[in-house]
Amino acid sequence: MGGYRQALKRAFPYTVPVMAGYLFIGAAFGVMFADSGYNVLWAVLMSVVVYAGSGQYLATTFFVPGISILQAVFLTLMVNIRHVFYGLSLVDRYNRFGRKRWYLIFGMTDETYSLICTTDVPDDVDEEKFLLSITLLDQLYWIIGTAIGSLAMTVVAFDSTGIEFAMTALFIVMFMELWYRRSNRPAELIGLIAAVVCLAVFGADNFVLPTMLLIVAVILLGRKRLEKGRADADA
Amino acid sequence: MLDTVSSLIMIAAVAITTFATRAASFLAFPKNKEVPPTVRYIGIILPPAVIGMLVVYCLRETQLFAYPYGLPELIACLAVIGLHAWRRNVLLSVGAGTVLYMVLVQMVFV
Repeated sequence: MGGYRQALKRAFPYTVPVMAGYLFIGAAFGVMFADSGYNVLWAVLMSVVVYAGSGQYLATTFFVPGISILQAVFLTLMVNIRHVFYGLSLVDRYNRFGRKRWYLIFGMTDETYSLICTTDVPDDVDEEKFLLSITLLDQLYWIIGTAIGSLAMTVVAFDSTGIEFAMTALFIVMFMELWYRRSNRPAELIGLIAAVVCLAVFGADNFVLPTMLLIVAVILLGRKRLEKGRADADA
Repeated sequence: MLDTVSSLIMIAAVAITTFATRAASFLAFPKNKEVPPTVRYIGIILPPAVIGMLVVYCLRETQLFAYPYGLPELIACLAVIGLHAWRRNVLLSVGAGTVLYMVLVQMVFV
């Protein structure tokens, strides 16, 4: 287990913003699942084996008679399909790792993916152990949040309305950190603009898949310009 | 609520489907297979684009055309941007921005 202690210690500070968010949105899932009649053991089981934010929220609606497995699979696919593209962008990096990469792949939530893509691995830790530490810590926050919400049956004693903004703020900060490197700017703007356009056209519930497809189409069609732009910006 | 066996089957279905979406690309390009240059290119260019999308995704429920006209979100986002440009401290930017947003939606724009 050599090096994991160091890796966890190094990874922890990067995960604190995710902790703030996951404890609360995990708790919200615990409350919702409790409302459907499932106790803390069930809620924790879900967060251990599924581990997906919007996917688990959606799943709380599956546990009533009349919803078929096929429907559940289809709806889950729709809400999580963006992860296919996340995976595509990490294939090259993760294929260098051993079998433990499957845990990194399992734990590839929006927040963990973004954190991993925007964090420079410190020099004094092994990359794989560092990424495993980030993924594990994030999932622990999620599981603990789930348990708290499930046991308390209400999202903690104080009014937590608006706490979900922690995730928004985290993505804004990551966006800015990337922005400081000129070569990232065109891609960031493509993602931002594609999402705004698709949000306006398809509405809040259906815009993620069209956005991903539009992004991939634009970066493939504009490959020559984007690659040249990156080379110039980094020069 | 479903019975125990049906509940377990449902959880397994959701878990396997979720994992499948995350694993799909890795199954398509296993370790021993050379990753095509196009995929490598996507790996470099996609993450910044995805983070741009996720900012919008987080703000997708913002009420723009009715009270409070997106003002809490606008103010809190500007505060995060300003703080981060000034101090470049992730915890400060995220923490202060979140507290400000909570105050705005709970006490100011009610």
